Amino acid sequence: MKDQGFLEEIIIAGFGGQGVLSAGMILAYAGMLEGKNVAWLPSYGPEMRGGTANCNVVLSDDPVGSPVVSQADTLIVMNGPSLDKFENHVRPGGIIIVNSSLIERKVSRKDVTAYYFPLNDAAAELGSAKAANIVLLGAYMALKGFPQKPAVLESFLKVFGEGKKKFLPINEQALLKGQSLVN
Amino acid sequence: MAKVLMKGNEALGAAAIKAGCRYFFGYPITPQNEVPEYMAREMPKAGGVFVQAESEVAAINMVYGAASTGARVMTSSSSPGISLKQEGLSYIAAAELPCLIVNMMRSGPGLGGIQPSQADYFQATRGGGNGDYYMPVFAPASVQELVDLVPLSFDLADEYRTPVMILGDGMIGQIMESVEFHEAPPRPLPSKEDWITVGTGEKRSPHIVNTLRIVPEVLEKFLNGYFNKLETIKQKECRWEEYGLEGAEIVLVAYGTTSRIVKSALASLAGEGIKAGLIRPITLWPYPQRAFDRIPPSAKALMSVEMSAGQMLDDVKIASAGRWPVHFFGRSGGMVPTPGEVAGAVKQLLGDRE
Amino acid sequence: MTTVQEKSRGLTGSEFSYCPGCTHGIIHRLVAENLVELGVLGQAIGIAPVGCAVFAYDFFNCDMLEAAHGRAPAVATGIKRVLQDNVVFTYQGDGDLAAIGTAETVHAAVRGENITIIFVNNAIYGMTGGQMAPTTLLGQKSTTTPAGRSRETQGAPIRVCEMLATIPGAASIARVSVDSPANVRKAKKAIKTAFETQIAKKGFSLVEVLSTCPTNWGLNPVESLSWLRTNMMPYYPLGTFRSPDEEAK
Repeated sequence: MKDQGFLEEIIIAGFGGQGVLSAGMILAYAGMLEGKNVAWLPSYGPEMRGGTANCNVVLSDDPVGSPVVSQADTLIVMNGPSLDKFENHVRPGGIIIVNSSLIERKVSRKDVTAYYFPLNDAAAELGSAKAANIVLLGAYMALKGFPQKPAVLESFLKVFGEGKKKFLPINEQALLKGQSLVN
Repeated sequence: MAKVLMKGNEALGAAAIKAGCRYFFGYPITPQNEVPEYMAREMPKAGGVFVQAESEVAAINMVYGAASTGARVMTSSSSPGISLKQEGLSYIAAAELPCLIVNMMRSGPGLGGIQPSQADYFQATRGGGNGDYYMPVFAPASVQELVDLVPLSFDLADEYRTPVMILGDGMIGQIMESVEFHEAPPRPLPSKEDWITVGTGEKRSPHIVNTLRIVPEVLEKFLNGYFNKLETIKQKECRWEEYGLEGAEIVLVAYGTTSRIVKSALASLAGEGIKAGLIRPITLWPYPQRAFDRIPPSAKALMSVEMSAGQMLDDVKIASAGRWPVHFFGRSGGMVPTPGEVAGAVKQLLGDRE
Repeated sequence: MTTVQEKSRGLTGSEFSYCPGCTHGIIHRLVAENLVELGVLGQAIGIAPVGCAVFAYDFFNCDMLEAAHGRAPAVATGIKRVLQDNVVFTYQGDGDLAAIGTAETVHAAVRGENITIIFVNNAIYGMTGGQMAPTTLLGQKSTTTPAGRSRETQGAPIRVCEMLATIPGAASIARVSVDSPANVRKAKKAIKTAFETQIAKKGFSLVEVLSTCPTNWGLNPVESLSWLRTNMMPYYPLGTFRSPDEEAK
C-alpha cells in the first residue's frame, strides 16, 4: 500500500491532561490544510476517565481506508504505560518518539528507530509546562519534514478557538523548541 | 464552503441544523454524546429547541409530538438507547410521521460495550418495533457521507411520510475527518397542511394523528396503502457503491466503517495480484439487491464482512439468490477488523477453493 | 323559546363509547366547555391515552393525537416545544399516567412544561377488564388482586397530586370529583384554572378527577358514586395542592 502515495499512520498516547488528543487533532488539521486526506480517531469512554488517552491519526494522499491504526508509522508516547501498551503497534522500520522526561526505560525493539526527547523539561524551560504536547509537535515536524509551521499555527487556532490567539507566540516558541531538540 | 475538520457526531448536528431541523430530543449515551451536546450549544443559536428527555422512550415520543406539527425533528442514540426507542418508532411508522433517527452503534447484546459495532442491523432493517413496518436506513462510511445523507434523509422522510434512520457506529461518531457542507439539491416535497395537528383555528375539521385502527378491514386497507408506499421506496431509493468489480474473483459486501477497512484490504490484495471487488450498500433498507446483478462472471464467491456475528449476511444470501456461495468474515464485541485480517480471510477462502 | 342547555361545540357529537354511569362523559364535557369558554378551541391540541379514553380523539372537536401507553406527556412536550402559543392537553387514566407513564408525567412537571393534564382516577384498569391500578385502594378487589390489594405484596396506592406538589415546576395541581353537581362545578373551575395556567405560561398543570367505574367495580351507577365518596375521597382528599398564584418553592 505504501507505493500508492503518501500515507502516514500515527498513534499518540499518554495520560489525560498531557494534550495527546489535541496534539493529534492539530496534526490532522494541519494535514488537511496541506491537502491531505486525514482522519483522527480518539479512544473514548471510561478509559478516558481512567487517566489514559490515545488517538490515531492518518494522513494520506488517498481517501483514508481504515482509520484504526494497528501498525503505526510513528508512535509518540508521553508516559511509561503508553510505551508498554503500544510498543508492538509500530511497523518494522517505523519510529517511536519517547518523552524521556517521564519515561526512563528504552525501547526494546531493534527493528524501529527510537528518539528520546525530554518534552516536559523542554516545555518547563519555556515557562509553560502544559506546552509539552506542542514541543512534541515541533519535534515531529523536524523529524518528518511535515506539516509546515504556518499550517500548524493555523490549526492551533482551529482546534483551541480564536480566543486562544494570545497563546500563539508561546506555542510558536514551543514548536521551535521541539525542532531544536532534533537538530 | 471550505473544508473543516469535524467529529462525526458534531458534523451530524451541523448538517441537521443546516437541513432545517430545529427540534432535537435526546438522552446521553456513549458513543453519541457529542450529538446532544452539540445540539444543546447550537440549536438555540439557530432559533431551535433542544430538550434532554428523561429517557430514550420519552425522547422518541417527543419526536412523535413535534413531527405531528410538521416540524423537522430528530433524535439520536446508541444501541441500548435505540432499543428503548423501538416502541415509539413503530408508532411513528404507523402514524406516518416524518423524522430522523440516528443510531451510532455500539456492541451488544445488553449493555454490551461502547466500542464500534454493526450488531443492530436486524433491528434497523427488520422494523425493530412491533408490527409490519420498515423504514429507510442509510449507512454512511465517512463523516462526509454522513453529512451528505442528513438532508437527503429529512427529504425522504417528508416525501414518503416515514421515519428514516441513519445507522452509523461509534467510529463514525467519534472520528474527525474533513468535511464540506454542500447545498442539498432542492427536492419537491409534498405539503403537510392536510394532516398536521397545529390547531383547527375552528376553520376546518380536526386532524387526528393516530395508530389505533381497531377494525381489521380498516387496518388492512391502511396497510395495503402503506405497503404500496414501501414498494415505491424500494423501487426508487436504493443506493449503493460498486468498487473494483471488474474482473473480480471474489466480491466482498460491507457497509459503513467496515467498508473502508475492506477497501484497504482490497488494495493490499491487489498488490498481491488478487482481484477482489466490493459492493457497499448505502441503503440497508431497501437493500440494493439490484447491485448483485452487476457482479461479473469472473466472481466465484461472495463474502459479507461485518462487525457482527453475521446479520447483513442474510440479505447478501437473499440478494445472491443462490448464484454464488456466500461466505462471512466478522469481528464482534466492539473489535474492529484490520485490513490484514480481511485480506487474510479472502486469501484463505481462495486458497481453500483451489 | 330560550336555550337552557346545548351540546358544547368543543365536542364532535360522536356518541361516547363509555359504559353507563361512567363519569368520563362529564369530564369530557367540562374540558370541552372550558376550551370553548376560554376561546382556545381552535388552538387546542389534545392527546388521548391508552385506556378507556383511547377514543377521545373521536370526541374532542380539536386536533388530536393518540399516544403510546403512558407517553402522552412526552408527546405533549414535543408539540408544545414547537407550538408554544397553542393549548396542549393530555387526557389520561390512572394506569397510563401513574404506572407505565410515571416517568413522563413526573418529568413533564420537572421541566415545568406548559401543558395541561387531565388525570382521570377511577382506581381500576377499565379497558382491559378490571385489573389493579396504581391507585387501587388497599383491600379493593380487582381481577389481579382477587383477595384485595395488600400493602405487603402490592404496596399502598400512589397519591399523584401530593407527589407532584413537591416538584417546583408543577404550577397548578388540584384534585376534584364529579360525584355531585356542586363538585362538577368545582371541577370545571379547576380545569379552567389549569388551562389558564398554561395560557399564562406559568408552568405545568394537572387536574386529577376522581371517577367511577361501575362496570369493573361491580356496582350500579348510584352505588358507584357512593363508593367513591366513602372509599376514594378519604384516601384521595379533594383540594388544591399547587396554585399558580403561590410563589414557586
